[in-house]
Amino acid sequence: MFDTAQRKKLVSVNGLKMYFPIHTGLLRRHTGDVKAVDDVSFDIYEGETLGLVGESGCGKSTCGRAVLRLYDPTAGTIEVDGTDISTTSQSGLRKMRPVMQMVFQDPQASLNPRMSVADIIGEPLREHTKKSKAERLDRIYELMDAVGLNRDFANRYPHEFSGGQRQRIGIARALALNPKFIVCDEPIAALDVSIQAQVVNLLEDLQSELGLTYLFISHDLSMVRHIADRVAVMYLGKVVELAPREGLYDDPKHPYTVALLSAVPEPDPAAHDSANRVILQGDVPSPSNPPQGCNFCTRCPKVMDICKQLDPEFREIEPGRFVACHLYNQ
Amino acid sequence: MLDGAQPSVLDVKDLKTVFKTRRGEVHAVNNVSFHLKAGELLGVVGESGSGKSVTMMSLIGLVPAPPAVVSGEGVYFEGQNLLTATDDELRAVRGARIGFVFQDPMTSLNPVFNVGFQLMEPLRKHMGMSKAKARVRAKELLELVGIPDAERRLKDYPHQFSGGMRQRVMIAIALACDPKVLIADEPTTALDVTIQAQILELMKDLRDKLGMAVVWITHDLGVIAGIADRVLVMYGGQVVEHAPVRELFANPKHPYTRALLETVPHVRGERAERLEVIEGQPPILRAHPTACPFRDRCDKAFDRCARENPSRYPVGPVHDVACFWDPETGGARDV
Repeated sequence: MFDTAQRKKLVSVNGLKMYFPIHTGLLRRHTGDVKAVDDVSFDIYEGETLGLVGESGCGKSTCGRAVLRLYDPTAGTIEVDGTDISTTSQSGLRKMRPVMQMVFQDPQASLNPRMSVADIIGEPLREHTKKSKAERLDRIYELMDAVGLNRDFANRYPHEFSGGQRQRIGIARALALNPKFIVCDEPIAALDVSIQAQVVNLLEDLQSELGLTYLFISHDLSMVRHIADRVAVMYLGKVVELAPREGLYDDPKHPYTVALLSAVPEPDPAAHDSANRVILQGDVPSPSNPPQGCNFCTRCPKVMDICKQLDPEFREIEPGRFVACHLYNQ
Repeated sequence: MLDGAQPSVLDVKDLKTVFKTRRGEVHAVNNVSFHLKAGELLGVVGESGSGKSVTMMSLIGLVPAPPAVVSGEGVYFEGQNLLTATDDELRAVRGARIGFVFQDPMTSLNPVFNVGFQLMEPLRKHMGMSKAKARVRAKELLELVGIPDAERRLKDYPHQFSGGMRQRVMIAIALACDPKVLIADEPTTALDVTIQAQILELMKDLRDKLGMAVVWITHDLGVIAGIADRVLVMYGGQVVEHAPVRELFANPKHPYTRALLETVPHVRGERAERLEVIEGQPPILRAHPTACPFRDRCDKAFDRCARENPSRYPVGPVHDVACFWDPETGGARDV
């Protein structure tokens, strides 16, 4: 199991809030906020993979982007490798970029169709290093080898590659500057099942070779179980549970985690007959108008009176296990 | 359970679809045959480009022709061959006796008409109902698929529904004329797992209640395991394995099916340290296949696989597989 006590914190997020203002009417008055990320705190230790799971619209991607300061957060601090980047100027941030990188969901949309593979992978090198053209090309070839792309394809364009290969290009670009921390935002969601395993294995190999730290954002709970050391579950802008992998999957604490795990269809017909499914009623409320009290109280099968009044505190109930639920507050 | 002697509602024989473009041909569907019995749920699994959607679109004339050329021995539905049917005859079948649910409910609903109008359209066109009668039936349909406050919701537009609710509306439209066959093309792929679980329960319920046959296309083996009676596994435009669901998961015969089952991680049970990988890419179907489409990625392939395309050999009562390799003996199949 992953031992957190011995490790150094590489990323530390505290009270992160990301609100997007809503302006309405003729005067475009500020009438409300979409609370995409609402008071989220977690740490990521060096060399680990933290899985961030949740349904669409729960704020997991926004959270990942805010952690890299691709958005300016509304409140909270983000410490990466000992530096607080939540209020750093853009020029200061630029110096931090080689440390933290991102792999995007859609490899089609995140690669410039007019740039060759060599240009795409070489761009961070051109921007952030003083390498000569020949040195850059050497590094590009090295990176293409590392992610399993044929060197002969360096002058080809993204459209000539399949989805899985394109995602490899995106990974090579993220690796170019020897980062410590990579945010993987649904890197396999757009790929076929047989290709997903290839990319996930590549990410794991790179992690053990280069000592990388990942924030792995996904809605695929079975893949997160495979790749993550610890898992955070988000619902409507908040982290409701954060636990080591085994604990979370074997003994989920929060009613939402329980429902989410039981909703995943298992590729085994016998399991479906015996499964005691928790099927949630209704839909996720709007993040611009979350319910009073606990965000999950409108769909929770174990809802109590207190849940509709008080927002439960996110606290440690066992060593390393954090839950935000009134069931564990007695 | 399913009765073997029961007649098929839909019988597809040797269906073939070729797209003829300026940059060459694409053989998307190659000699696909299957049948469907009343009340049965047939799952179709395959990766993108395996031809699972094009097969279903072809059999009721929904692929644009040209560039597509659809041929085959026949698609028999209630005694009628849909391949030789005229456009008018097909129109009378589509949306009435064969219903459809597509992947993305937002793009398949018309954003400028309210849901009530779109529900009443097939009722008035196909069943000749009056406006008042159609409205009553439309309300019943929304209640059937579990949309609360149906009367008022009829006046709402698609954007006023959530993703899961929109997919329920799509299902209601597909069910409007009491179809004999419902074809659902990745109906839960765009939805979240908790919403997907709701829709799967709803579909099982409706199938039992209405007794229609359902074809459920998906790439998700978990969904198939939970909902299907029988399964077709497609790869490279053809059916590579066909078996009852339990048999398929317990006793897969085709190397592709076996690899596919091993490559997906699970949420419960044993956790694999490393994922099994199917190396390589799916084939591009430029010509009619003269060899097994899976041979380049198959660890069991031998010389015959490159010379000949295997046909579907029976290996059990309702189990057949298109492969020269025999997992029982570990050697070549005796065919």
